[in-house]
Amino acid sequence: MIHTTVGQLGHFFVILSFVTSLVATVAYFLSALGRRTSVQTISVEEPQLAYAGESSFGGKTARHKAAVQPATPDNEKDDWKGLARWAFYVHGAAVLGVIACLFYIIFNHYFEYHYAWSHSSRALPVYYMIACFWESQEGSFLLWLFWNVVLGNLLIRTAGKTWEAPIMTVFALVQVFLASMIMGVVFGDTFKLGSSPFLLLREAMPDAPIFGTDPNFVPKDGNGLNPLLQNYWMVIHPPTTFLGYALTLVPFAYCIAGLWRNEPFAWIRPALPWTLAGGLILGTAIMMGAYWAYETLNFGGYWNWDPVENSVYVPWLVLVASVHTMLTAKRSSTALKSSIILTIATFILVLYSTFLTRSGILGNASVHSFTDLGLSGQLLVYLLVFVALAVVLAARKWKHIPTDDQEASVYTKEFWLFIGATVLCLAAFQVIATTSIPVYNKILESFGKISNLALPADQIAHYNKFQVWFFVVIALLTGVGQYMWWRKVDNKKWDALITPAIITLLISAGVIALGGIKNPVYMALLVSAVFAVVTNGSILIGVIRGNYRFSGGAIAHLGMALMLIGILYSAGYSTVISVNTSGLLISNQDEFTKNDNKENKENTLLWLNQPERMGQYQLTYRGQRIEAREIPGYIPRKDVMVIEGDFHGIAQKDIEKNGKVYYKKGDTLALYPENTYYEVEYREPDGKVFSLYPRAQVNAKMGLLASPDTRHKADRDIYTYVNSVPDPEAENKWEKTETYSVAIKDTFFLNDYVAILDDVVRTNEVDGLQIGPEDAAVRAHVRVMSKNGEQVLSPAFVIKNRMVAHPAETSDELGVRIQLNEIDPRTGKFTFAVNRTQRDYIVMKAFEKPLINLLWIGTFLVILGFGFSTIRRYREFSKMRDKLV
Amino acid sequence: MKISHIIGIIIIAIAIGIIASTAGDASVYVTFAKAQAMKQDGDDKMIHVVGKVQKDAQGRVTDILYNPAIDPNHFEFTLVDNDNRAERVVFNSPKPQDFERSEQIVIIGNMQGDHFQCNKILLKCPSKYQDGTLETTEHEAKTAQL
Repeated sequence: MIHTTVGQLGHFFVILSFVTSLVATVAYFLSALGRRTSVQTISVEEPQLAYAGESSFGGKTARHKAAVQPATPDNEKDDWKGLARWAFYVHGAAVLGVIACLFYIIFNHYFEYHYAWSHSSRALPVYYMIACFWESQEGSFLLWLFWNVVLGNLLIRTAGKTWEAPIMTVFALVQVFLASMIMGVVFGDTFKLGSSPFLLLREAMPDAPIFGTDPNFVPKDGNGLNPLLQNYWMVIHPPTTFLGYALTLVPFAYCIAGLWRNEPFAWIRPALPWTLAGGLILGTAIMMGAYWAYETLNFGGYWNWDPVENSVYVPWLVLVASVHTMLTAKRSSTALKSSIILTIATFILVLYSTFLTRSGILGNASVHSFTDLGLSGQLLVYLLVFVALAVVLAARKWKHIPTDDQEASVYTKEFWLFIGATVLCLAAFQVIATTSIPVYNKILESFGKISNLALPADQIAHYNKFQVWFFVVIALLTGVGQYMWWRKVDNKKWDALITPAIITLLISAGVIALGGIKNPVYMALLVSAVFAVVTNGSILIGVIRGNYRFSGGAIAHLGMALMLIGILYSAGYSTVISVNTSGLLISNQDEFTKNDNKENKENTLLWLNQPERMGQYQLTYRGQRIEAREIPGYIPRKDVMVIEGDFHGIAQKDIEKNGKVYYKKGDTLALYPENTYYEVEYREPDGKVFSLYPRAQVNAKMGLLASPDTRHKADRDIYTYVNSVPDPEAENKWEKTETYSVAIKDTFFLNDYVAILDDVVRTNEVDGLQIGPEDAAVRAHVRVMSKNGEQVLSPAFVIKNRMVAHPAETSDELGVRIQLNEIDPRTGKFTFAVNRTQRDYIVMKAFEKPLINLLWIGTFLVILGFGFSTIRRYREFSKMRDKLV
Repeated sequence: MKISHIIGIIIIAIAIGIIASTAGDASVYVTFAKAQAMKQDGDDKMIHVVGKVQKDAQGRVTDILYNPAIDPNHFEFTLVDNDNRAERVVFNSPKPQDFERSEQIVIIGNMQGDHFQCNKILLKCPSKYQDGTLETTEHEAKTAQL
């Protein structure tokens, strides 16, 4: 049965949200116009921001133009605003309605809908059903709409009467564009506006043969969420990113409103806490993505300079630059102008990133594959409209921005903050200039030229060679800038910085000498990072003694310095410990042996249960494991038989873990069958043993995928992943049976091993068989000489109730199955049937990443610092707002 | 000269440096013939070559060499580029798991002697669900280095 009602309702909500956002835009626009005529700019005494440590400034006041509420009596109501508010509230309700309808479809497994069919399945737990919202593009636009609704409602409450109309005009206009992305309305035959999440499967794939025979066909199950993404990060990372995106709209809207109302100063104070909150959330999102990549996605590390990573990193850098200029915008016209430019640029870059990653223009440049839903044109219009709007408005209002007569001196904090912002912008520019290479090709193509530019072959080296130096400078600037900010550098003397500089040099010299740092780039990065730690650390101690609320900046800068040290060590001194030392080289040609045999000989092969030495560890591959949903840890894959096409399996023996029997033989249990884990046992020099479980996933969408497993230690991580395994989907194939007739003490070959039949003895115990008094059973002892010493195989020969049984004995290590088939008492010969198979193995790679925890600790500090600053600036804003009203 | 002018000049200089270096580091998509010509000119730049794996009439991949028991880091195959020129390709890393399934392959590296030495392979495999669309997976031979 096809449930059409909920889809139609959802589609109605989509259209309602589009129309209401349009109404809200127009009504807020008219309201802002009306209000503008009544706004008078008068001069008010505005107390200077009281920065801690600026006590010398505390009492001063500055004269600024500030908007004040005109003394309009309350009865003179603004009808447009009332309408606009209601339109926005209805818009919010409609967006919630869309979400509710879509969730209803997913939750009830209505696979007649394309969205549910392609992103959900019956096996998914509820939290992944929520996550399938943002697996696709329609869902992520929906998420963006949702956050904008939340923020818009907050702003209606907090912005105050003067700001509401102009900023909400911008907000509502953004919502118009976003809602249009999920409209799915076709005009004429060709022009399609948006892509609806409420398409029925038969509408989405009208050519599928099944719908020709049965138009009411409903699939039994969906394709499910890509198993690679089935991870708790998938539940929280995308919403965080989109909240970050949404937050960049707030300062942009304030900035536009400020320009529009000819108040180039006044927008900064209310916008600043939002910019900081955006930096906090977007920064958190970036690092969540980095940690996710590190933990599961096996891009080789936490940062890969992938276009998708870059497209969040660039707006974040510019946003941080805008924070710095906004802090001094009151005192310097350069900072004011750059604040306006950077705030606009941040939002435009978010739109540009969306365009890059969602239009399909990156094509095969990124590991994140986004399919083009045909929205490229619409995304481009969205981007260009806001570029045009912002640029035209800023250009027209530029003359209203005051200009300084004097140039900032190098002894002012304004100067140093500006330099810091500039370096951040240059760093952002470098990344976006390269990431946009596919865009250049497209632009040249549209002019009829053929361009075959490709991204740099070694992207990591390309980006790093710039970014390292930018961050060397940024780290130094944080120290100098903080000393300037807190007025430690007085009377044009740099004396205060001498002590930290000396301490820095002493510490760095010690680390360089003891740690054997030889690369001059690393030395520079280390020295500057240590300088940032020392200076920001000492500032932090001073600030906390005064008022901890003001410590945000120092904490964030300290965190950044620690991150740099963490990155320096974990990336710069990441060592491959899985160097192939077996001595088995395919060739002694120069190409294999040059660079000290390093030519990518960084993977090693481990046979099942055959220990290998690797660095200081002894490694043993212990076999394939599987994860059961109700059992902690992993169980041997052989112990369950996976039911084809289902996530259940049947226990092949009693499954016991930590002394508790979870399932009896023959029970059905729920599994994660797509994942196979490879237990690798690490034995440390002091005899300690731990196991890592890197996994390979049979992924229907992406083939076979490897994910690492990591051993976290205080000072380093050991990062392990499998690179190549025998196909886990393939059945164990046994080769043709070979028979050997041997007498006791004879030698023969078993799968290339030397084997000796030592003895054949009578036995009373054979697995699964009762040996009665009438029966007879014997066991052969076949000794096999393998690389790790001897191994004994003991196939049995049983006569029970006059029937002959010869259960096989299998050795996975040797890749051999052996049966004792015949006993000939006359010749004294025993006949064995032997099958060989591929021995189980893994090809794995392991790194050590030293001091990576500093990166995560630094991240927490940066987030904490942003949090403190956000709260502080919001309090300042709300105090000032209340004073004015 | 005012300090802001000096700063302005420095910024412009760095920006030009960035653009120049981006242009210099940017790779190109070429054919084997061009790759060979570049090699003969002594140009060791890493380049992208797009092509298909050699397959027999049954659609099986032919001519691949990967024997992890001997060397897990040596994988050889033959790639036919868009001008139908076939070259031997050596990849000093394990064989990408989806290799046999792939429709189209992008290799990044350069010609060395009689073969193309590649250190990154981009595979485009047909997706099971969205027939007609290709998805890309990436295989890198090198490790991340600062």
